[in-house]
Amino acid sequence: MGNALTAAVARRLFLSGNDAVAHAVRDAGVRVAAAYPGTPSTEILEVLARFPGLYAEWSPNEKVALEVALGASMMGARAFSAMKHVGLNVASDALMTLTVTGVEGGLVIAVADDVGMSSSQNEQDSRFWGRFAHVPVFEPADSQEAYDMTRAAFGLSERFRVPVLLRLTTRICHVKGRVDLAPPETREPTGFVKDARRWVMVPGNAKPRLPLMFEREAALAAESAVSPFNLLETGSDCRIGFVTAGPAYMHVREAFPDAPVLKLGFSYPLPLARIRELAGQVDTLLVVEETEPLAEHEIRAAGIACVGKAVLPRLGELSPEVLRRGVARLRGEAAAEPDALPPQPVFPRPPTMCVACPHLGIYYTLSQLRNIIISGDIGCYTLGAGHPWNALDTCISMGASMGMALGMDKGRGVGDGNKKIVAVIGDSTFMHMGMQGLLDITYNRGNVTILLLDNRAVGMTGGQDNPATGRDIHGQEAGRVNFPQLCEALGVKKERIRVVDPYQLPVLFKALREETKIDEPSVIITDRPCVLIDDYKKTPPYAVIDDTCTGCGNCLEVGCPAIHVSRRDKVVKPSGKEVDLAFVRIETSACTGCGLCVQPCAPEAIVHATPVVPVRFMKREG
Amino acid sequence: MGAAENGMRGITNILVCGIGGQGVMTATEILAEAALALGFDAKKTEVAGMSQRGGVVVSHLRFGERVLSPQIAPGEADLLVGFEAAETLRWVHMLRRGAPVLTNTSRLSPPVVECGVFDYPPDPVGQLRALGVPLQAFDAAGIALEFGDIRLGNTVMLGAMSDHLPFPAEILRDAVAARFAQRKPERLDVNLRAFDAGRARAAALVA
Repeated sequence: MGNALTAAVARRLFLSGNDAVAHAVRDAGVRVAAAYPGTPSTEILEVLARFPGLYAEWSPNEKVALEVALGASMMGARAFSAMKHVGLNVASDALMTLTVTGVEGGLVIAVADDVGMSSSQNEQDSRFWGRFAHVPVFEPADSQEAYDMTRAAFGLSERFRVPVLLRLTTRICHVKGRVDLAPPETREPTGFVKDARRWVMVPGNAKPRLPLMFEREAALAAESAVSPFNLLETGSDCRIGFVTAGPAYMHVREAFPDAPVLKLGFSYPLPLARIRELAGQVDTLLVVEETEPLAEHEIRAAGIACVGKAVLPRLGELSPEVLRRGVARLRGEAAAEPDALPPQPVFPRPPTMCVACPHLGIYYTLSQLRNIIISGDIGCYTLGAGHPWNALDTCISMGASMGMALGMDKGRGVGDGNKKIVAVIGDSTFMHMGMQGLLDITYNRGNVTILLLDNRAVGMTGGQDNPATGRDIHGQEAGRVNFPQLCEALGVKKERIRVVDPYQLPVLFKALREETKIDEPSVIITDRPCVLIDDYKKTPPYAVIDDTCTGCGNCLEVGCPAIHVSRRDKVVKPSGKEVDLAFVRIETSACTGCGLCVQPCAPEAIVHATPVVPVRFMKREG
Repeated sequence: MGAAENGMRGITNILVCGIGGQGVMTATEILAEAALALGFDAKKTEVAGMSQRGGVVVSHLRFGERVLSPQIAPGEADLLVGFEAAETLRWVHMLRRGAPVLTNTSRLSPPVVECGVFDYPPDPVGQLRALGVPLQAFDAAGIALEFGDIRLGNTVMLGAMSDHLPFPAEILRDAVAARFAQRKPERLDVNLRAFDAGRARAAALVA
C-alpha cells in the first residue's frame, strides 16, 4: 500500500496534522469536502478552501456535511468530511446506514477527538464508531502519517467500498512537523448508477446487505493483518512489549526506546495475529491507547493476556512522563520524580470574552435579572457561565438550550413556579441543531424566552462563515438566512420577535423584562457582529476620569478585558457595612469604544479618551 | 549557556508561553523555521482551542536529529521564554535544572483578577529570581512601543532569545527576515530593528 505514492517526494513542508490531511485530500483528487467547524478539526476545511479545483463548504451541521460527502461519493467522486468527536454523534445517523450501502467514490471521514478537552464538553473516544459501524479506522501518529494515511484511506475506501474513519486527536491536529508530499492523483467521477437495491435502504433492500457488511469487515481484518501501517518494531528489552496507536506511539518510543512495539496505524479491525506474535516475545504486553480501553478489551477477549488501564489513566492525554509512571506501577517500582522546580501557584487565566464583544452587554443584563434560569448552549457565549456574570446555568450539546428550556418549563415544580426560563443560543448553533428545539417550544406551547445572539460568525472556532453571514467558505456572497422570518415560520408570533442592539443596555433590559413576563414563546434577536470579523467597526476609545470615579465597580460587572483596577479601597457606610471599592482605568489602546461600560457608570466618569461628538445612550427606564 | 549546551542529548526543548494575542505561536513558528532551515527535525505544538480568548498559550518546540513526542516534559525545557510575567512563573517547573529563563516584565491581569476573585502575584519576576533560575527580565513591550507598535513584542523576544540557541543568532534573524519578506515586506525593516534591539537588551543583562 502506498508505494506508488511514496516513491517520489513532490515537496517537503512544515505542516500541522490538520494541514497535512487537507493536502492529502487535495492530492487524492477529492472533488467534494464538507464540514462544520469544531476544535480541533476546524483548520482542515479552512486549508482545503484555499485549494482551487475542489468544492469545499461549511455545512449547517456535521450530519449534513457527511450527507453531502455521501452524495458526491454516490456520483463516483472522491469525497471527504471532517468533524470533531461530538460532531460524529450528530452525523452518526447517516453513518450507521451509509455503512450498509457502502460507498462508490472513496469517502474518508476525519474525526478529531479532543483528548485532554481543551475546547469541548466531553472526551469521547471516536474509535468506537469503527466497531459500531463496522468500518476501518486509521490512526496517524504525526503529520507525515496524517498525510500518508489519508492518501491510502481513499484507496482502501474504493477497494472495499467502505467509508474510512481517520481518527485524529488534538496532538495530531495541532502539532506541526515535517511532511513530504507525494505526487498528486487526478480522479474523474465515475457517474451515478441507479440501483435501488443498493441506495434505497428500505428493509427489503437493507437486509440482504447486512451479511455483505460483515463479509467486508472480515476482509478488512485480513487487510489490516498485512497492512504496512501496522508495524512490529523489535527491541532488546523484552520485559514489556507495547501495543499502541496515534500520538501515544511517539510517547512510547520516547520513554522506552529499547522496547518492542507494535504500532497500530490501521487500528480497526485489530491485527490480532501480529499482537499474538508480539505477546509471545515479551514478558508483559502493555496496551497504550487514548482514551478508552478499546483495543485492550478486544485483545483480552481474543485470549491474549495484556495490561492497560489497570496502570494507565483512562482519561486525559498520555505523555512519556505518564507512561513512565504507569510502567513503574506495573513493575511495582517507585516512579522517578522529575528533577524540576515545584509548580508555582498562579491564578487561573480562563478564556475570556473579547474587548467590546456584543455578548458582554447580554450577560451583564442577564446578571442583573433575578429569578431566571438560563438554559445555555455551545459557543463563545458559554463563557457567560464564568466571572463576573455567572449568568448561564447549563451547557450540554449543540442546540440543547432549546429543548432543555422547554423541559425546564414543563418539569418545574411549585418551588420554581415564579422562575423565568431563558434560553441563550448563537446564530450558528441555532442553525446547527437549535431550530428543531424552537419548533418544539412553539408546537408544545412552551413558556420560554429565547435570546438568539446573531453575531454573524462561528465565533469560538475563529469566526467562520455560516448561513447567517451571507458569505460562503471563500468569503463570497451567499444566501443569508432571515432570522425574524425563520422564527415566525417556526411558529413564534410576529409580535413576540424583537431585534435588539446588544450595546443598548436599557433597551435590552426592557425587552428581556417584558418578554419574560409574557407566558408564551418569544425570541429576542441581537444583531451586532463578532468583534473579530471584518464586519465589526471600531469607534473612538474611552478613558476614566480618575477624580470622578467613585470606585463602585459597576463597570467591572460588564466583564470587558480592557477595564483594569488601578486601586482598591474600603469604605464604611453609615449603616456600619464595609464596602469594597475598586477604582478603574481603561486600557485605551485596547478599547474599541463600544460604550457598554459607560452605561452602568453613575458618576459619568467614563468619557471618550479624546473628545468626539457625544454619543447618547438611553437611560434605563423605571 | 542553556539550550546551547544540550547538543549532546540531541534534542533541544524550548517552551514559549504567554497569553492569546501576544504572538507566542508566531514567534515559536519562526523559531521552528530557523531550526528546519538548518536541517533539524522539528515538532511544535500548543493547545490553542480557546487561546484567542485571552487564555493561557504555551507553545512547545522540540528540534534535533529526530523528534518523537511533541511535548516537553516537566523538568526538561532547555529554555523558557515568557511573554508575560505571571505566565513565566506558571511554567517555571518545566525547566531543566540550571536552564535559563527569559521574560517580558509586562503584567497583564485577566478579568478574574480585576473582579477580585483571584490575586495577581505582587512580584512574579522577584519570585523567579528567588527560585534561583538564571533570569533575564526586561520590558519587551516598552521596546516594542519605542518602535511604535506593541505587536513587535514577539520579535523583540525572538531577538532576546537568539543568543540562547544551539545555533548562531543570525540564523534566527534570517528566519524573521524570510518570513516578513514573504508575507509583509513593508514590515521587514522595523521587525529586524526590533529583533536587534531585543538581542542587545538581553545581552546587556547578566543572566
